[in-house]
Amino acid sequence: MSVRNRVLVLVSALAVLAAVGLAAVLHASARAERRDHPQAGGPRVTSGPVSLRETGRLVFRNLAWGPHRDELTSVPADDPDGPRTAAGLKCLRFYAAAGTGVCLQAVHGPVSDTYRALVLDASLRIRDRYDVPGIPSRARVSPTGHFAAWTAFVGGDSYAGTDFSTRTAVVDTRSGKLIPSLEAFRIVKDGHPYRAADVNFWGVTFADDDRTFYATLATKGRTYLVRGDLRARTVTTLHANVECPSLSPDGTRVAYKKRVAGLPKDAPWRLYVLDLRTMRETALAEPRSVDDQAVWRDARTLVYTLPGDYGADLYQVPADGSGRAREISPAAVSPAYLG
Amino acid sequence: MLALGTVSLVTDISSEMVTAVLPLYLVSGLGLSPLGFGLLDGVYNGFSALVRLVGGHFADRGGGRHKWIAGLGYGISAVCKPLLLVAHSLTPIGVVLAADRTGKGLRTAPRDALISLSSTPGTRGRAFGVHRAMDTAGALLGPLVAFWILRATVDGYDAVFTVSFCVAAAGVLVLVLFVPGGQSAPAAGPRPTLRAAFALLRRRDLRRITVCALLLGLATVSDSFVYLLLQRRLGVPDRWFALLPLGTAAAFLLLAVPLGRLADRAGRWTVFLAGHGALLAGYGLLLGSWHGTALPWLVLALHGCFYAATDGVLMAAASDIVPEGLRSSGLAVVQTGQALTRFACSLLFGAAWTVWGDRAALAGAAVALVGCVAFALTLRPKGVVGA
Repeated sequence: MSVRNRVLVLVSALAVLAAVGLAAVLHASARAERRDHPQAGGPRVTSGPVSLRETGRLVFRNLAWGPHRDELTSVPADDPDGPRTAAGLKCLRFYAAAGTGVCLQAVHGPVSDTYRALVLDASLRIRDRYDVPGIPSRARVSPTGHFAAWTAFVGGDSYAGTDFSTRTAVVDTRSGKLIPSLEAFRIVKDGHPYRAADVNFWGVTFADDDRTFYATLATKGRTYLVRGDLRARTVTTLHANVECPSLSPDGTRVAYKKRVAGLPKDAPWRLYVLDLRTMRETALAEPRSVDDQAVWRDARTLVYTLPGDYGADLYQVPADGSGRAREISPAAVSPAYLG
Repeated sequence: MLALGTVSLVTDISSEMVTAVLPLYLVSGLGLSPLGFGLLDGVYNGFSALVRLVGGHFADRGGGRHKWIAGLGYGISAVCKPLLLVAHSLTPIGVVLAADRTGKGLRTAPRDALISLSSTPGTRGRAFGVHRAMDTAGALLGPLVAFWILRATVDGYDAVFTVSFCVAAAGVLVLVLFVPGGQSAPAAGPRPTLRAAFALLRRRDLRRITVCALLLGLATVSDSFVYLLLQRRLGVPDRWFALLPLGTAAAFLLLAVPLGRLADRAGRWTVFLAGHGALLAGYGLLLGSWHGTALPWLVLALHGCFYAATDGVLMAAASDIVPEGLRSSGLAVVQTGQALTRFACSLLFGAAWTVWGDRAALAGAAVALVGCVAFALTLRPKGVVGA
């Protein structure tokens, strides 16, 4: 083939490829635009004030299509499927307790997205902001509102390949003092000091004494429930195969996702509750794989998300293994019960 | 040469587009946890090393089919992009990524053979330098392109994958249309069998290069550990952590051509070893007590300098010794050996970190590196041009 012909072939092929690429981009942006319009039969969402001091309310990130998609919305706790009041603040992940909120959000920069954590007061005003080093995954606030924690997925950049890790930070919301990574804590594993390069933490949950917390520690391909001490800066392993623990309001039980043998690799978890005094595990009545850090609606009920048509839906299940799971609100994620 | 550089640039844009959005896609798009994904990395790396040897062997058969084996590798990777559109759970995604890596493994050695065959021995360092610079430029551009598409389409991952495929297809097209075949006279050198490829190691000069590359690979701490150490020792803020590899890449991009030219003049082996000296200086800075603000910049610059002085230069040095008829397999043997010892170093380093802590592990790596460099100095291969 002559040079002229080769150039001709290249130019025409490039034109076809460019057209295909452009069509894909236009198609995707048209689809994105449709998500800004409310859908018939979807939940009613209106703008309004949201306060973290109100009692009997449930706040979550609204995923329903329309102008308030991804905003924090509040609903009555006993009517979670009812009309939603949107606060105007967009968060990827959210949690709140005792009038303190934590909102993990994306910051759209000119050449890449970065993430940050906002510590919010009861009126959702920003009290403090912190950089988050990767894609937000979990967020929690202590029952006292004095501490907040978040977990992000870090890595996956061009040179690190597909090797992901997690980074978990804890902040004292009164002083603003940040512990950027729990990896700085001393680890006691099975009674011995432990250290390894591959240690990862995720899914912090706080007790109400402003000192004790629980979290997942992963190392050498295994996960552990750890009890942490914020003052001594230590964590101690308590139980194996525990991820995303959530401490019950009375501090005696931990709800978590457990990797169960024989399940598919991308849906390997079941919800369990662990009694911290007897170390007895109870399987809950949810038959599907749950990849979430559950929240305790009250001492008897757990609420969590499962993937749904609009991203995720909220479900609840009794915490004692009885009954059955049921959907309580569609198109919602990151729930937090107030008061 | 420029055509092949363009192929690499375009292909790297395409593959880095996908790599950059993959974690976000898994977490936000599919709601999967990306943890544990890295566990398979070791398996893939081993497999990819094997594929590289096979690719090198097939490329040498029939008087040099480097271009077509490289094209097959680029083609497999291109086809993987639209497959990501239909893979929605971890297993199929893992399979697609493995196929993508297979393509990468297949093409690496024939591509480097093509570079060496299309340049004269006196300008080989520069040729590899130009190629590595273009390759790295693609790797830097890819994430930006992906980001702009995601921004324009609000999480339109399908658009990213489709555009990535179109870009990769353009790369394959440039290869097919404009890269010369790199055919050598069939009579030149030994018959290209797998045995002949390994028999190359009986040649003293190539064995020395390979042994040195292997030993030095054993003391080369993997990038992710370097960034982790940088963050732990120097307190690099989290916000900057993801940008650390860009620092290395930028230095690599800027220095690849000048150091390649220097290798042509001052000697490939000298520059190759000096590159390890830069790595050693980087280790030294990480171990030292000086904590100035310029330190992360210096470490990244030295890290990028290490790649610029070693990655293409080693291939240029090996090309001087491997006979034309076995060029792809010979380069594949060196690359594979180096990749395997670097992987072994990762495992050893991780274990040392666990037992003695990060500082002691790095000190150990530094001592090992000094030893390997000293050994390599005494072994200094004779056959390398300009050495």
